[in-house]
Amino acid sequence: MRKDLNINVHHLTRVEGHGNIVVNMTRGVLEKAQLEIVEPPRYFEALLKGRNFHEVAIITSRICGICSLGHQMTSLKATEAALGLEISEQTEVLRKILIDGATFQSNILHALFLATPDFLGVGSVFPLVESHKEVVLAALRLKRLANDIGEVISGRAVHPIRCVPGGFTMLPTEKELETLRDRLADAGRRDMTFVLEVVSELTNTIPDFKRETEYISLHHENEYALYNGQICSSDTGLYPVEKYLDVTNEFIVPHASSKHTRHNRSSYLVGALARFNNNFALLRPEAKKAAEKFGLGAPCFNPYMNTIAQLVEVVHCIEESIDRLEYLIERGIKNERPNQDPAHYGRGIASTEVPRGILFHDYTYNRQGSIESANCIIPTGQNLANIDDDMKKLVPEIIGESEESITRKLEMLVRAYDPCISCSVHMLKVNFIK
Amino acid sequence: MSRPRVAFFDFTSCEGCQLNKLNFENELLDLLVHIDIVEFREAMDNRAGEYDIAFVEGSISTPSCIERIHDIRRRSKILVALGACAVNGGINALKNLHAPEWVKQTVYDDDKYRFPSIPAQPVKALVKVDYEVRGCPMSTPEYLHLFKSLLLGRQPEKCDMAVCIECKLNENECVLDRGMFCLGPVTRAGCGAACPENGQYCTGCRGLVSHLNINGAINLLQRHGLSKHESEKRMKLFCANDFV
Repeated sequence: MRKDLNINVHHLTRVEGHGNIVVNMTRGVLEKAQLEIVEPPRYFEALLKGRNFHEVAIITSRICGICSLGHQMTSLKATEAALGLEISEQTEVLRKILIDGATFQSNILHALFLATPDFLGVGSVFPLVESHKEVVLAALRLKRLANDIGEVISGRAVHPIRCVPGGFTMLPTEKELETLRDRLADAGRRDMTFVLEVVSELTNTIPDFKRETEYISLHHENEYALYNGQICSSDTGLYPVEKYLDVTNEFIVPHASSKHTRHNRSSYLVGALARFNNNFALLRPEAKKAAEKFGLGAPCFNPYMNTIAQLVEVVHCIEESIDRLEYLIERGIKNERPNQDPAHYGRGIASTEVPRGILFHDYTYNRQGSIESANCIIPTGQNLANIDDDMKKLVPEIIGESEESITRKLEMLVRAYDPCISCSVHMLKVNFIK
Repeated sequence: MSRPRVAFFDFTSCEGCQLNKLNFENELLDLLVHIDIVEFREAMDNRAGEYDIAFVEGSISTPSCIERIHDIRRRSKILVALGACAVNGGINALKNLHAPEWVKQTVYDDDKYRFPSIPAQPVKALVKVDYEVRGCPMSTPEYLHLFKSLLLGRQPEKCDMAVCIECKLNENECVLDRGMFCLGPVTRAGCGAACPENGQYCTGCRGLVSHLNINGAINLLQRHGLSKHESEKRMKLFCANDFV
């Protein structure tokens, strides 16, 4: 059996942002197994200070291009809570469709374009254009469709334009919504069924690894929680969103420019697998069927299965958005202006499930409607401690394999979390004005 | 050029422009036939040596970024800056408006010396940039147009007129006349007035026009109800480096 091992993957590929995997074993003792975060710091909290409430979501959207919509939604909800801006039911339904679309888009991008090459033992999606052309084309069509949900409702898929505090600057027409609904119900369902069929044949390469951890996500009693809900821990139950600091408990480690978090154990997991485990009962039947196809049942303790949970969520989001579009079309789009007259100024805390997990924004506004202090806690930051803990359990289990195979399994593990490293680099200090 | 070797690099940014590069799903495969993508960390494992075209996203904001951008320049025949962060510093450059010590203290507190950081600079502040695609995010049609021009060996057009002109051509009601704030009069066009088209004001993400009348612009915004201070502050949102 091997006694020494030294792995250093500098700038891991096929993930968003910059991270290194470092594993070090000497004479059979695992000294180090961690994901180092080397993304340059970005200082968003300092950038927000003094900015008017009209500008805040425009700035926080730029925390991450891939989850820009999720950051906007959370940002707008926090601003609305701080300023007492009520939103209409129509705004809420449109935002829920946007979140469905963003989850759909991001999960497709990760599961099919970034993770699937691992199942086939190739270095990127580009060789698959030759070998698996039909699937790549279907995946591209799905990604286009998901982006079109964002474009039709918010004006742009990356850094949405129309979403502002209190509502939308412009509304989609009923005709546009009908076209979207028809595309989702027809080509969307068909392409997704085909893709699932093909991918389910490839997943026997997913490592059989288990480590039970604490799973944290939003939970809502009536729906699979993405836009709204309470904080839910698989270990300790429900908490109001306002109590998020008691759940996240950020701490600093020397090897990462983003903070780590812990709650009931040394680490916890957020993202598709946490949502799946905590909210399985609220998934659409079509999505439950897809999970069954992959042998994925709740609770699942294999973090590699996060990629599969993402695909299950795509099925769910397609079905949910079809129903929500149907509802709006039947009811008709009302011509509303955004409500931007603050009722008060103060602190607002909001949480949304973005593709990579639970996200928190917390703002305090002064009486001029400008930011006094801000705090954002990002999903990837919350997963970092859990990734390190997984590596510490995984490495001794596979130590007999070749160094190449160990490296590949570690890369796959980190990739399975779909880390969004640009987002995670904040280290925002919490500075509450009492 | 025969199947040029193309590479993509990212510096300090949100990677939204990288994402936009994958967001023209209908044309992506047609384009791939004509190029060899030799390096693209976000999407593939390969690392390569030299490039005919290097696309660079993000600002230069740490000491190690400086080394890396010089290295990329040495190995590239053509270098294109993609998006506001790379072209003029974008949102990252907002921190340049404050004392660096204050910024680090506010965000990192006692750990402020742990992560080295320098003022956020555009790529052109360090190396020669041959072409640029502006905007936050960069506009996909503009990027495709530039890409095709380079493949055909023709000079892509540069746009240095105000967003107002495109907005008027689209027959939009003036955003300022609707009682909103707008940076259309001072911002470079090329986006098709994307934000006013969607009922929103122009945030200035494409940078300022070269023939800027800054006092005139501030006067105009003051006439529409913003203070001088607030007008300047909003103009700096994506263009902070033009004011430091």
